[in-house]
Formats: sequence, C-alpha cells, structure tokens
Amino acid sequence: MSDTRTRRVAGATDSQQGDHPSGDNRFDLVDKHLKRARYEQDQLIETLHVAQDVFGYLSEDILIYVARALRLPPSMVYGVATFYHLFTFDPPGDHSCTVCTGTACFVKGADDIVQAVSDTYSVPAGETSEDGSLTLKTARCLGSCGLAPVVVFDGNVLGHQDTESTLELVAGAVGGGG
Amino acid sequence: MAAPIDLHEVMEREREERFRTRWRVKACSSTACLSAGAGATIKAMEDLVERDDMVLEVQVIPTGCMGLCSAGPLIRMMRRGGDEADYRNVTPEAAVEIVRSHVLDEEPVPEYQLDTSMPFFTSQERVVLANGGVINPDRIESYVAHGGYQALEKALTTMKPKAVVEEIRKSGIRGRGGAGYPVASKWSLLAAASGKTKYVVANGDEGDPGAYMDRTIMEDDPHRLIEGIAIAAYATGANQAYIYVRAEYPRAIERLDRAIRVARRNRLLGRKILDTNFDLTVEVRIGAGAFVCGEETALMASIEGRRGTPQLRPPYPTEKGLWGSPTMINNVETLANIAPIISRGGDWFASLGTEKSTGTKVFALAGDITNTGLIEVPMGTTLREIVEDIGGGIPDGKQFKAAQTGGPSGGCIPSKFLDTPVDYDSLRELGSIMGSGGLIVMDEDVQMPDVAKYFMEFSMDESCGKCTPCRVGTVQMHNLLQRLCDGTGSKQDLRDLEHLCSVVRDTSLCGLGQAAPNPVISTLQYFRDEYIALIDQQEVVHA
Repeated sequence: MSDTRTRRVAGATDSQQGDHPSGDNRFDLVDKHLKRARYEQDQLIETLHVAQDVFGYLSEDILIYVARALRLPPSMVYGVATFYHLFTFDPPGDHSCTVCTGTACFVKGADDIVQAVSDTYSVPAGETSEDGSLTLKTARCLGSCGLAPVVVFDGNVLGHQDTESTLELVAGAVGGGG
Repeated sequence: MAAPIDLHEVMEREREERFRTRWRVKACSSTACLSAGAGATIKAMEDLVERDDMVLEVQVIPTGCMGLCSAGPLIRMMRRGGDEADYRNVTPEAAVEIVRSHVLDEEPVPEYQLDTSMPFFTSQERVVLANGGVINPDRIESYVAHGGYQALEKALTTMKPKAVVEEIRKSGIRGRGGAGYPVASKWSLLAAASGKTKYVVANGDEGDPGAYMDRTIMEDDPHRLIEGIAIAAYATGANQAYIYVRAEYPRAIERLDRAIRVARRNRLLGRKILDTNFDLTVEVRIGAGAFVCGEETALMASIEGRRGTPQLRPPYPTEKGLWGSPTMINNVETLANIAPIISRGGDWFASLGTEKSTGTKVFALAGDITNTGLIEVPMGTTLREIVEDIGGGIPDGKQFKAAQTGGPSGGCIPSKFLDTPVDYDSLRELGSIMGSGGLIVMDEDVQMPDVAKYFMEFSMDESCGKCTPCRVGTVQMHNLLQRLCDGTGSKQDLRDLEHLCSVVRDTSLCGLGQAAPNPVISTLQYFRDEYIALIDQQEVVHA
C-alpha cells in the first residue's frame, strides 16, 4: 500500500493546496472532525459522511486515509463504506436529479419519471451521464409523501412532478434533452 | 455550573410574549410546506410586517407540521385572546392579502380559508402531534410554554424510577415501531439489568417508504423526544443515550443537535439534571442508507460504526447490547408519548384507544387520496373513517382498492375490511401489520402484483446479505414476480413463489427477512385473481 500522505487526491485544485501534508487542504476538514471525535473507531460512519461532504465522493485514497486515522483495517473501512447506500465512489455530475421512488411516489407514477430522464439523457438510474453533466438517482422515500411524486433537483425539493415538468427542469439546467 | 432552567419563569415570560401583539401568524415550516413554497410565504409576511410598520401589531411564528400537507403552505391567523382562521395554499401574494385584511379590516379572506370543521381536523386526537402547528421547534422556550419538560421535572423530583415504569405499565402503551411489544416490559428488563453502563437508544431510522411520522417528530418537536429519552433513562438507570437518525433527514439531525446543546445549557441534560443526582448524555448518530438498520441488533452495529447486519437473538439487547452493555431501543414515536403519559397519568392514556392497543397512532396518509398528510387518531379508529372521512375519499371518482400498511413488512387490506378497527391485533389478523405508520391508499388502477413486485424489489435491494434465505430468496421471488408481471409467468411460477414465501418467512435470521414475503402473501390472499389473470393471458397468447 502506498503512503497516502505524499499522494494528492485527484481533483484537488491549486487553490486548495496548502499546509496539509497531502497537499490538499480539504483533508483539514476531515482531520478537524477526527480530532473532535477523539479518533474513536465507532466514529467511522460519521467520518465517512464528513469526507463525502468535503470531497463529493469517497476515493480509494480517502478510504485509506480514514482507515489509518482510525487505526482500522482498510478492508473494514471498505466493507462499511460499500454496505451503506449513501456512500458513493465516483465523482458526482454537475447537476443531480433524484427521483423519490417511495411507495406514495410509486403509486403516483415515479417510475415513469425515472425512465423518461434515463432515456432522454442516456443515463441509467444511479449513474452519471458520460459528459459528467447529470447524475440521476432514485431515493427510497424522502418523507414528503403528501407531495408525491417528489423530485429533488440540485438540492431543491419539488412536489407534484410529472414526466414533462421534470424533463423541463433538467433541460433548463443541463440543456439538451434531444 | 449554571443554574438549571426555571420552567415556570419561562412559561410566564412566554405568556407575556404571546400577548405582546394583537395578531400572531403561525406559519407551517415543516418539510412538506417548505417544499410547497412556505419559505417565500414566510419571508413575504416578515417583509410586510417590517415595511408597513406592523411590528407592534403582528408577529410571524414558524411552526412544525399542521398536518394537511397536500394543501400547503398553511398559515393560521390568531387574534389575541380570540378567533383563529386557517388558510391553505398560501402563496406570498395571498399571505400579504390575508395579513392586511385581518389586521387592517378585521376581515378574513374566504378565498383561501381552510374549513377546520371538516373531519380531517375534527376526527383527529392529537397527543404526539399536539405541538405541531403550535410551537416554534427552534425555541426551547416555546416548548416549555406548552408544558414542556414538566414531565421530566415531575419524574425526577417526585417519582422513584420504579414508579415511572409503573405509570408506563398502567398506560398500556406498546412499541410504535411496528411489532407492538409492551413498552413497560422492555423498560423493566433494562431497569433490572445489572451493569454500570446502560444505554437508551431512540430508533429514528424510519426506513419504510411512505412513512414520515418520526421525521416530523424529530424536526418539529425535538425537545419532546429528548424529554422522553431522559425520562426513559431515569426510569431504567441509564446515563448514556443515542438518537439514531437516517442520514436522509439532515434537517432532523440539525434540529436534534441544536436541541441537545440547548437542553444541556439549560441543565436538562448533562450532569446533575435540574439539580438532582441524575446524569445523562445524549448523542445523535447518523445512518447511511440501510433499511436493515431499523432492526435493533443491526442498528446497534451501525452505532458502533460497523456494517449494519443483524445478530441472532437471544441475547436480547437488554442483556447484551451496545459494546456488550445492556441497551434498550425504543421507537421515536414511542418516546414522544412518554412525557404526556407522565404528565397526565397512565390511566388517562389507557382511556384512549382500545383495551389492548391504547393511546393514539400517527399515520402518514398518502397515495390515491384527497387529503394527504400526517394524521393522529385513537387506536381502533376504522380504516373507513381514516380513508373516507379524514382522507376525504378517493379523488377523480375512482374506487378504493386497498390500503397498504407496514411498508415492505406489511400487507394490503382490501375494501371488504374497511370497517376493521386499526389496532395491532386486528391488522395482524388480516395479514398486515401496524408497522411504523405509513398508510398508502391505492385506487382501482393499481395492479396488486405490481405492488408486490415493488416491495420485493425493495427487500431485495435492502437485504443485508448475511443469511441465505433472505439474500437469495428475495432475488428469486423478485424474478418470479417480474415474470408474472410481464405476462410470461406460468402456474408453476406461482406455486414456486408461494413455496418461497414460506421458506423465507420461516428461515430468515431477522425480522426484516421474515417479513419480506408479507406483501406477496397478502396480495395473493386478497387479489389472487389478478395473478391468475396474468397467467391466463400468457396461456391465451401461446394458444
């Protein structure tokens, strides 16, 4: 295993370079959390959340970094990270479209919305389009069942959506659709 | 150490604040209303008050969920010591009009007025949600003004831990997470457990799709949950508690974190609570998207930072739980019921609901129904009252087909059982379960094999993989359902499906695996003809 301290994480820009030994100051935010958690091993899931917030996804380097900091075997960190659905290992697209597929949204036709966006932008649910412009996700239930079907676009929760309104929304931000 | 909060002084102060202005506008700022645009509505009213110099006349108060989510954003105009008027679908422009009309002309605006005499409001009994639409969830003072933390004070200063457990036993309350285990029995087990360290855990991993009762409690009344946890810990001798929240609920996490900090500052948590000898630390732990973590042994593994896979029981958590110490896990809604039980007495609680299912139950009413939202009714209310009266029936003149309760572990109840009282035992008899409280109404257009397939896909995705019957069985059942729904299934597929249902139910390790076949079993029981029709269709095509 290579020494992560001297390696840079892909995606770090010059402005983010600084004093952190990795050359990427975003690790400072992870360190800050680790310190506050007193490097307790049961803080693994919380730490992974912080790391994903900071970096947008969990690269192999980040997982190894967290494993070392918490003195856990990398296999365990990898096992935990891959067990939970919310952790992602690929960089996210510029825009994200999450369609809720909870029961209420299912009854109200959420599957058609997923299919339409997926077909229009050639992006399977759970993945990012080839040009990196759009990530299409499904959620199990966002708990806004009174507003079904619900779509979350770039963090904005939108209720009572249908295929047309969602495609319009995505086209407005990502463009294309043809 | 700072002095603890003086509950009575805060109440007095809040009362004065309440009478400071002639008008108060309560504006629902729960997640559903915010999604419907409540943020802009509230901003418009605040700007109006500022611009038109009405600061001494009107105060705008953001509150928790008012219930009728499908009509959001909701606001309530309240005149000092007098009338109230509720409004629905309040856009920013409408809000300005409504506030002006009330304050300047003393006239309501009928166009947006909400009829609060309709059964949606009058048939409910609000205990858990009593503070929804009433208090400002971000201010502990607002909670205290409505009786908050008095139950904790009463328990700590006038009751022995045993007396608290006894009161809970009298109330007859059963766990609101789904299985309906008597709460007092669990509490006694932890109280009797030996060991220096004991833990209380609030289960806020509300994973059933279609359920958002716990989220609303955590977001809109966080102190109610904290008070319940503190009373539970006092009664059982625990000094450390965790609230396990789904990561999908960032707002709940933020509000709970803040509420815990504020409670600590006011000596309602931490060391020597309210100057007694009771110490309690409460921490929030965040999930990361795994349905199985709602199962108590998996939840504990997740709190310890591990993969959330369940363990065989016994030993039960009350013997050997978190880090090997005795641990008690209660659902969020259960704990939200504790403060009212201690304040008003177990007998009062037992007088609500039915003999074996006491109290009220919160349901998230959704699907093909006119009034969607969060409701709370006494246990034993019939499904018909919920669907037809409170829910306002099925829209577009369509027919009711089934109500789904209990999520992926529950079942579908057909129209012939609409008069069944909703309580733990009646639902179980019908092959469904109470579950955490998601209630999805389906109209005639919904195909039941599709519903079964939908839930099986969910269980297949969420199977943790530890035991074979659930890991392999759910995939095979999904394949069979897929074939049947596509119209390419055979009679043998249906037989295989039924066989697998019993294998997975009888041999899975944890409750989630054992319950995974339930949606299939119940739709086969009540809507078998729909499955048969799918097969016949195929046989006709081949002929």
